[in-house]
Amino acid sequence: MKKSALFAAICVPAFLAAAPLAAKTLVYCSEGSPENFYPGVNTTGTSFDATEQIYDNLVDFERGGTTVVPGLAEKWDISADGTVYTFHLRKNAKWHSNKNFKPTRNLNADDVVFMFERQWKESNPYFKVTSPNHSYFDDMGMPKLLKSVEKVDDYTVKVTLNQPEAPFLANLAMQWAGVQSKEYADAMLKAGTPEKIDQEPIGTGPFYLVQYQKDAIIRYKAFPEYWGGKAKLDDLVFSITPDASVRWAKLQKGECHVMPYPNPADLAAMKKDPNVTILEQPGLNIGYLAYNTTKKPFDDVRVRKALNMAINKKALVEAIYLDTGIPATNPIPPTIWSFNKSIKDDAYNVEAAKKLLAEAGYPNGFETDLWAMPVQRPYNPNGKRMAELMQADLAKVGVKAEIKTYEWGEYRKRAQAGEHQMVQLGWTGDNGDPDNFLHTLLGCASAQTNGSNVAKFCYKPFDELVTKAKVTTNVAERTKLYEQAQVIFKEQAPWFTVAHAVQLKPVRKEVVDFKLSPFGRHTFYGVDIKGK
Amino acid sequence: MTTETMEAPAVTAPTATPPHPLREFWGYFSANRGAVAGLAVIVAVVLLAVFADVLAPHSPYITDTTIALKPPFWQEGGSIAYPLGTDPIGRDILSRLIYGARLSLLIGIIVVTVSIVFGTILGLIAGYVRGMTEIAIMRLMDIVLTLPSLLLAIVIVAILGPGLINSMMAVALVILPHYVRLARAAVITETSKDYVMAARVSGAGALRLMFKEVLPNCTAPLIVQASLGISTAILDAAALGFLGLGAQPPSPEWGTMLADAREFVLRAWWVVTFPGLAILITVLAFNLLGDGLRDALDPKLKR
Amino acid sequence: MIRFILTRLSLLIPTFIGITLVAFFLIRLVPGDPIETMAGERGIDAARHEQLKKEFGLDQPLLVQYGIYIGRVLQGDLGKSIVTRESVLTEFQNLFPATVELGVCAILFALVLGIPAGILAAVRRNSIFDHGVMGLSLTGYSMPIFWWGLILILLFSVQLGWTPVSGRIDVLYYIEPVTGFLLIDSLMSEEEGAFLSALEHLILPTIVLGTVPLAVIARMTRSAMLEVLGEDYIRTAKAKGLSRFRVIALHALRNAMIPVVTVIGLQVGVLFTGAILTETIFSWPGIGKWLIEAIFRRDYPVLQGGLLLVGAIVMSVNLLVDLTYGLINPRIRHTR
Repeated sequence: MKKSALFAAICVPAFLAAAPLAAKTLVYCSEGSPENFYPGVNTTGTSFDATEQIYDNLVDFERGGTTVVPGLAEKWDISADGTVYTFHLRKNAKWHSNKNFKPTRNLNADDVVFMFERQWKESNPYFKVTSPNHSYFDDMGMPKLLKSVEKVDDYTVKVTLNQPEAPFLANLAMQWAGVQSKEYADAMLKAGTPEKIDQEPIGTGPFYLVQYQKDAIIRYKAFPEYWGGKAKLDDLVFSITPDASVRWAKLQKGECHVMPYPNPADLAAMKKDPNVTILEQPGLNIGYLAYNTTKKPFDDVRVRKALNMAINKKALVEAIYLDTGIPATNPIPPTIWSFNKSIKDDAYNVEAAKKLLAEAGYPNGFETDLWAMPVQRPYNPNGKRMAELMQADLAKVGVKAEIKTYEWGEYRKRAQAGEHQMVQLGWTGDNGDPDNFLHTLLGCASAQTNGSNVAKFCYKPFDELVTKAKVTTNVAERTKLYEQAQVIFKEQAPWFTVAHAVQLKPVRKEVVDFKLSPFGRHTFYGVDIKGK
Repeated sequence: MTTETMEAPAVTAPTATPPHPLREFWGYFSANRGAVAGLAVIVAVVLLAVFADVLAPHSPYITDTTIALKPPFWQEGGSIAYPLGTDPIGRDILSRLIYGARLSLLIGIIVVTVSIVFGTILGLIAGYVRGMTEIAIMRLMDIVLTLPSLLLAIVIVAILGPGLINSMMAVALVILPHYVRLARAAVITETSKDYVMAARVSGAGALRLMFKEVLPNCTAPLIVQASLGISTAILDAAALGFLGLGAQPPSPEWGTMLADAREFVLRAWWVVTFPGLAILITVLAFNLLGDGLRDALDPKLKR
Repeated sequence: MIRFILTRLSLLIPTFIGITLVAFFLIRLVPGDPIETMAGERGIDAARHEQLKKEFGLDQPLLVQYGIYIGRVLQGDLGKSIVTRESVLTEFQNLFPATVELGVCAILFALVLGIPAGILAAVRRNSIFDHGVMGLSLTGYSMPIFWWGLILILLFSVQLGWTPVSGRIDVLYYIEPVTGFLLIDSLMSEEEGAFLSALEHLILPTIVLGTVPLAVIARMTRSAMLEVLGEDYIRTAKAKGLSRFRVIALHALRNAMIPVVTVIGLQVGVLFTGAILTETIFSWPGIGKWLIEAIFRRDYPVLQGGLLLVGAIVMSVNLLVDLTYGLINPRIRHTR
């Protein structure tokens, strides 16, 4: 029977098995499976994309922008000293339901308090459920910042901070602060299956989860009772497709409508396809090659400068990023305020590089290692190939670089420990502040062992500038300090700055009103699709 | 990745008044046209590998992004200077394939040598000593055989770190059991035979017996297994390369080339087609040779 | 017969214990830190790192960890994935049907084409057909299947557009997983076209995974048939004047199938290896892909549990083959 069916399938033309006429369905070819459905412990965009549709936050980023707008909190008051935030919750936010749980009430203050306490208080029974490592909560300095979170009445929550923090609201708009149902959590705790709330999620968001199959599919349906009004789409499907070329093939055939992270190699074809539009936005990121400034010969600034001149950046960016990268001069992307336009990049000049190397005492070059990123990231689409090109360029000035690589977790750990001589890395900003790049990646504080400053660059004049800028509130003043810091950065050359990747999103023509997020999010509430 | 599931060759028995063993062997072997073709391809690949410096039109390493992704010469935009086109960073594919032949042959030979040497020793010990030693060795080999070979190889590479040498070691380990089993079986058969009995009675030491009497008599199946083993080794190492765990770029190992160019599969068919073809042809040649050798050495089929 | 089964079983136990040892200790040798991996791009501070290590019992001496692990395994608890925090057994159960479905189709494909081809080749020994079949099967046997998959996708999915590129079924169909086998579930779902869509998605992966078994089975069938056809009783049957077809179908085939059955059993281990590559190429949500990912993510529990389960399955299949073999061919029983 199987045999004849198989033969039938081979003989029957593909179009006979046409898709059913579904209601408005949008298929998003996502790049991987989410780790789980609890944003508080996740760190990858892949996981956040999956939970973004389900949960709401107290406040949100405006779709396609960085402005903070009301979410589950209709409005909020901030005390004069900036330490007390009072959130007034909306009363009409309904919870989803599933086969294990039917909500008896709308969202209220208990749920919001639960969101904080689950990540904050080890005594909370949910603190350790799924994972006790609440990365973003810890990373945003919440444990030190929060003084108390109190329920004033059913729809009012008062958050008191230890000191004022300007980006606090923006931080709450990030995905880690998605609100889960306390009622559901209690019910599951009672049933002895607390981890269910992170696997079969209940949220107040515009879509509810219908089905999740690892490595295959995430299926959502629009939540008709969503407080913001039912989504324009009826069904939202994530078709999990790890291979970028395959995602493109599916988009082309109309098997999906939106895809992230296109393969640079396929862009030319995408631009030619009349059914596809490519949305474009400069990304908040930088890809770089860091020299280990504590190791010979890279402790000599002349060597670093010479290598900066020896690599043909233009050719490199063209070959690796194709049309998706802007050659980088500064350590921050041009879209961030305080970007210093007046800085000139080190020009590609093999002769000058050789001369400088000779001055530094290496007329015949030297041997070194070059670490190639083992994974693909927007800021570095192909670490190995980039390493090969750099290796070839460096060979021209006599520098013999051996390409090395490790498993990604291992790679970062070893680079942070400073085991390398030259290492490729990159960074994507979280909140659009220059501090997030200049201090985090190049300050003395993070140059210690296991810090994120993998150049181990600790240069007093630079560090003074960025540390001062951190505690200054006046933006004009900060701008000056950061501009000055970028000048020093270029003189000292701890990095070979490679490129800023452009965020590209191929979208089919029938998709209406999909907006790119500067943070690289994928939000499908508000998106529509034209009938076939 | 494949494991040898082909019929294990039997042990050669002495035939009555042969003309000359080599001559007789060649007679059988050359009658098998497939085997001769396989041999010819292998000779060609060996020549390519040896004379790569002379034969390759370009360096396999020099990149030139201005000529990236040129199609083969017969397609529009191609040029005869790069007969099989260029890869995403402008290296000549033909040259890389030619240099890659060196790596593939090296992988095949080293892997098989390592696993033959260790496999034979373990097998001889197991077959001769018997008892607990034998049980321990054979159980261990069973475990290796039970786990999917590629998975085991990947775990080993993960332990040792990705790279050409480490991936060769991993492959050598996963194909080891075949040689152990073969050697053990041969030893058990041989030791029960009269001439070994005779040697033993006349007071020959165990080591002497194993290497002077037993080993030479099970070389034929080992040779056949070795030629088939080379093809397995090349395939397995290429699979590891394909998963990014084998030889590391810019090394022109064929599997690594394939993995490296995979994202261009939709735009430039040649970057994936040719390395794969190279693997297929080489592996096929070794399999043909192995088949031919078996038929020529296996007395059962000499009818 | 019972004694035979018992001896075979007693041989399996040490092997299985060995596999638990290998799975456990080999994986501990892999450099890398699962906690670090779990923490993701943002890293983790030292205190929290220690705490998590304790949480997962990774701070205990290895032998103690192994003891605890074995204790749990015996109770049917394979632990939880470090990455998803889902039970390893649940994940396995969710993904395994996909691999089985693919594997069964691949074996059927290999049998349906391989056995007739092998028989015909044997019957027409040294004909052009014979040489063609043998040449093709050796080519199939030599195939780097990761490349073969890419080429088939390039040709049939991209150039010709006949087959879907990847996945198990068109995502627009909502199939409630009942058995986990999409071919069955889609038939039961009454969604029009779902079954065909599931079939369509199976074609290329089946061919890719089935290529090596097909080659082996065709060769095996041919040589087994040749051997049997040379036996005396076949000559006798022919001499008795039985028709050629009857001789082949009734007498020769039945005896030739014994080695073929063994080969099919042996192919199960090979299939797992093939599944790893095939699933990677076709984004097929099965065990092979799951295990590969676990290695790259240093997900110890998944890797351990997966190796154990896969080992157990291969062993059971081998046992089954042995037993069937013993049943078909009583001589085997007594010689052991």
